[in-house]
Amino acid sequence: MSNMDKNRRQFIGVGVAAAAGLAIAPGVTLLDLAHARPADQAADSAKRWGMLVDTNKCATGCNDCVSACGKENGFGSTGHPETDPQWIRKIELKEIKSGKTHSLPMMCQHCAKPPCVDVCPTGASFKRADGIVLVDRHICIGCRYCMMACPYKARSFVHEETHDQNPDVPRGKGCVEGCTMCVHRIDRDQLPACVEACKAAGHEAILFGDLNDANSEISKRVATYASTQVRADLNLNTGVRYQGI
Amino acid sequence: MNYENFRRVEERAFYALVGVLGLIVLLGAGAWHYMEEHGHIVTGMSNQIVWGVPHVFAIFLIVAASGVLNIASIGSVFGKTVYKARAPLSGLLALAMLGGGLAVLMLDLGRSDRLIIAATHFNATSIFAWNIILYSGFFGIVAAYLWTMMDRRMKGYSRYAGFSAFIWRLILTTGTGSIFGFLVARQAYDSALLAPMFIVMSFSYGLAVFLVAQSVMYRWNGLTLDAAILRRMKNLLAVFVSAVLYFTLVYHLTNLYFAKQIDFERFILLDGGIYTTLFWLGQVVIGSLIPLAILFHPQWGMRSGAVFSSALMIIFGGFCQLYVFIIGGQAFPLNLFPGMEATSSFFDGRMAHPYAPSLPEFLLGLGGIGIAALIAVVAVRILKFLPQDDFSHLAKAEDLTD
Repeated sequence: MSNMDKNRRQFIGVGVAAAAGLAIAPGVTLLDLAHARPADQAADSAKRWGMLVDTNKCATGCNDCVSACGKENGFGSTGHPETDPQWIRKIELKEIKSGKTHSLPMMCQHCAKPPCVDVCPTGASFKRADGIVLVDRHICIGCRYCMMACPYKARSFVHEETHDQNPDVPRGKGCVEGCTMCVHRIDRDQLPACVEACKAAGHEAILFGDLNDANSEISKRVATYASTQVRADLNLNTGVRYQGI
Repeated sequence: MNYENFRRVEERAFYALVGVLGLIVLLGAGAWHYMEEHGHIVTGMSNQIVWGVPHVFAIFLIVAASGVLNIASIGSVFGKTVYKARAPLSGLLALAMLGGGLAVLMLDLGRSDRLIIAATHFNATSIFAWNIILYSGFFGIVAAYLWTMMDRRMKGYSRYAGFSAFIWRLILTTGTGSIFGFLVARQAYDSALLAPMFIVMSFSYGLAVFLVAQSVMYRWNGLTLDAAILRRMKNLLAVFVSAVLYFTLVYHLTNLYFAKQIDFERFILLDGGIYTTLFWLGQVVIGSLIPLAILFHPQWGMRSGAVFSSALMIIFGGFCQLYVFIIGGQAFPLNLFPGMEATSSFFDGRMAHPYAPSLPEFLLGLGGIGIAALIAVVAVRILKFLPQDDFSHLAKAEDLTD
């Protein structure tokens, strides 16, 4: 073998290695930077994602969480609240006796025993191992039985053609949908859009975290202060808790 | 027109009837296509009223389908000769109405194109999924039952088939009632009472539909229903209507006793607008009290025309009852925060936006009735479904003495 051949072979070898490295490295680096869960790895059943809403910090009239949800998930208001997606809404409360008022966001409560999952004929409504309740858009037939079953009115039906979708959040006419807790963001180690928006507005009324991790901020708060589950009488063990009502 | 004149045009009348029913089915299919193309935005349904008029039609047809089979059961299971002669017609109407009802239910799905998924993916905790098995089984069992009744060689099995069909239909209606009974979220539902209540409703709706179909068939063929048979059937209908009223009373009394349910009761019984009107005027007065007065009246109750009108009123009352139950039950707001007044951009704490059913919804529902009627009319033409009473035998059996 001539020296020229040897050099050429070495060059090709190094070149291929370098090209492969250049191609893979950004992905590896991003994965590392984001601490994201690779797509083929199952959700971790040791975790239970949840939220704690402090109604004392939630401001009446502030709608930032609702707008952020629509922006993140690719839908807006058409001025018809009855048929618009209602993944999250602000409820204003007034105690009948005392007149004390509260303001809070209401969305899918990500129950440990979700009625929507029980009633779904095809299993499209399901609970992920880490406690997030989702709809599999591929097998939802649009029967809307989950909407009848949800005690929180947290599910919406896609009544019309969708436009400007976020590729991370596919939506389709004729299927049922609801708050995903921004599962696509959680899987990238980001906060749900509503939590981030509330933080940006300076309220920090929604705390997101792992309810199964005793050292997480949310677990510590739930262990220290009295918190409420909405419709606790149903014993659904909700993943979203409220403080101050 | 007297009967002799009608006989001359009978064939044309039959084709005209088939044509009209076919048109109704086509209109229903068109309505489905329109809803499928545009989405449910073209209906009156919303994220608050998620099940609308198509469900009222579908559930009426399904409940009545299981109820109409009772005629056959009374014959086969309880051995009543008068009803045995009516068993084939009863089985046919049951199949036809279940077919019509299911068609409406399926075509109202958001993704009716994915219907096959309901068969390939089965969630065992869903009463809806169980109902899919119950409905399919009903078709199979009733078809087999009809075979045993219409094929001389199979006659020996008729009793067993009839008994299976009777048990199956009770389970099926339990399943239909439980679609609502198992809904813990809403105040109108969430009650074990709904399963037996739906069974009793099915007795009443089913017999009313049977009487209407039988009257039309007798009239078409220039026959008169024997007075003793009419008396039996109208008395039975009156008992069923009374039983539905009884269940309705118990349902509302129970709710009125629970403080947490009083607002809901006030909504349905006093200030629910269309729902209150449909309850009192539709279900109670037109659908129950007037028919009961006619059926129990010594003279009117024995006129076939009056019994026919009563049956129609009972059917109308049934639709009103289901409208109030299904749509009124959804219009009442969920009470998430007891002791507090709630307001939001999505109807928390107040009655839902008025539900205005759109034309396609009605057409889809009517299409279901069209399918049921078309199946029945064509089958009656082809096979022997007209009740054949053997009076000499009946008189001997003393079956006609009440």
